[in-house]
Amino acid sequence: MATEQVKYLTQYREIPGYDDIDVYLKHDGYEAFRKALTMDHDAIINEVKLSGLRGRGGAGFPTFIKWNAVPKNWDQPHYLVINADEGEPGTAKDRDLMNKMPHLLVEGCAISCWAIHSSVCYIYIRGEYIEPAKQMEKAIRQAYEKGFLGKNILGSGFDLDIHVHMGAGSYECGEESALMSSLMGERGMPRHKPPSAPLPMISGIWGSPTVVNNVETIATAVPIIALGGSEYAKVGTGDPSKGPASRGTKLITVSGHVKRPGNFEIVLGTPMREIIEDMAGGVRDGHEIKFIIPGGSSVPLIPPSFIDTPYDYESLGKIGTLLGSGALMVFDETTSVPHLMQRLMHFYAHESCGKCTPCREGTNWLVKIHDRIIAGAGRYEDIDLLLDICNNIFGRSFCALGDAAAMPLMGFTGKGALHYFRHEYEELIRAGNANKQKFTPLQMATV
Amino acid sequence: MAFTFNEEAEKKIDILVGKYPNKKAALLPVLWLAQEENEGWLSRDAMKLVAARLDLAPAYVEGVATFYTMYNKAPIGKHHIEVCHNIVCMVVGADDLIDHIGQKLGIGRGETTSDRKFTLNAAECLGACANAPCMMVGERYYEDLTPEKTDRIIDELARF
Repeated sequence: MATEQVKYLTQYREIPGYDDIDVYLKHDGYEAFRKALTMDHDAIINEVKLSGLRGRGGAGFPTFIKWNAVPKNWDQPHYLVINADEGEPGTAKDRDLMNKMPHLLVEGCAISCWAIHSSVCYIYIRGEYIEPAKQMEKAIRQAYEKGFLGKNILGSGFDLDIHVHMGAGSYECGEESALMSSLMGERGMPRHKPPSAPLPMISGIWGSPTVVNNVETIATAVPIIALGGSEYAKVGTGDPSKGPASRGTKLITVSGHVKRPGNFEIVLGTPMREIIEDMAGGVRDGHEIKFIIPGGSSVPLIPPSFIDTPYDYESLGKIGTLLGSGALMVFDETTSVPHLMQRLMHFYAHESCGKCTPCREGTNWLVKIHDRIIAGAGRYEDIDLLLDICNNIFGRSFCALGDAAAMPLMGFTGKGALHYFRHEYEELIRAGNANKQKFTPLQMATV
Repeated sequence: MAFTFNEEAEKKIDILVGKYPNKKAALLPVLWLAQEENEGWLSRDAMKLVAARLDLAPAYVEGVATFYTMYNKAPIGKHHIEVCHNIVCMVVGADDLIDHIGQKLGIGRGETTSDRKFTLNAAECLGACANAPCMMVGERYYEDLTPEKTDRIIDELARF
């Protein structure tokens, strides 16, 4: 029996002109914001708490905790920063949201800013997203014209300005503290985190309280306020009163070797089989699934035997992978795992910001060893050497980028590409050894 | 000739600086503007001028500009073709597509045609995974690419 699907974010997505404020207003646009303005700040945060909303960017951190941590002395400036630096390979949901539903994000920003007493909001959009940025700027301009932004909004005494800030091509800037550095006009490098530095909610950009949330998280504030937190939380899995749970819906990107790749809104806990077979049309004809990467390139891959696992934070965690940013990638038997991992390691080495040694040096060694194995000059001990390097990166790098590079290979439970597909590495090394005479000792040492 | 901002650009800089509590924060957007005004790349002169305009050290500005891949530190072609070759695009033929474009234009990755019309590069995930393979030319995305479709797009661009 298929899981019943509800749509809280995307129900009007395909309506022509939904990116325009007039059409948006005809579909209950800015009603949730009007409602929020009649509510107390803490009452809004309480609704978000009841909704069980967790950060949709990848970390899954409960949103209300971030909002609650902002100090209540309202005389200093507070900032809301939207993380629209969507760079995780496999993820295209925020681009889709900003292109087709920009007002949903503007309204979400307005509600969230009211809740945390912020009168300035920055939307940090990755440099490549010029079209989505233009959509956002148009939506912001229209919202100013209709009086939903600016001074004394709808006579409430609440002021709000939203600015779009463009990145310039750096995966690292999707990391919360690196994003703040980049927003302040610096190189996009991560900063110290608690316990060695205060939380951004205490001291973020320019030393002021700052909340950084993903695009989808903030957009979800709209249905939460419109429906009420408890109503929003009716779908999903797990009981929030008994620990972490996955309530509500999630935007996901299904890509790879499927017939109908796309951006879908799913109820958390929908089995992956339903997502892949019913929504995305299944794997392409004449082929079969070899492995699945369920949450973006930084999470461990899983074999197809796990296809009936519910797609939610806890269930994916139990099988040794993560929901991440909601990028479900399906690969068929034509994919070579070592080649795919080689590409991925080149990506992480390229994007490593260079601040800390484990990540800067480690990712480079992961690249060099993959290059060597694929060039046919691999050694059997290389596989364990890769694992050893991963071990030395994981948990030892300054920010999560290092972990993200190590996780696809070794997983966080020891089950990653090198566990499930070790034989493919061994075959490449064996084939290379058979042709060893091709290489001089110097070439062997330097490949 | 040394690079200068025209009057219109100066006005834009004032607006950009006004968005932030200090001038330094406007560095990324002002570098974007300088790149746009300087035929798509940031020369030493351009970076120096940005530094002077925002009261920053030239070395600091260069340090920031060289961190981000989208600031071009050398002249580029009129149409900058960036083809995504991250894992999703890779498994649906991105590398073949890059080779195909390269052969058509007679250039390799990272190179510019002799008429300075096209520059070809491989890019990391562009965030259009549901419509792979994809490429970005200037400001625009082109998705669900096939070699034939790409040929048509490039022929169209070559006219401008």
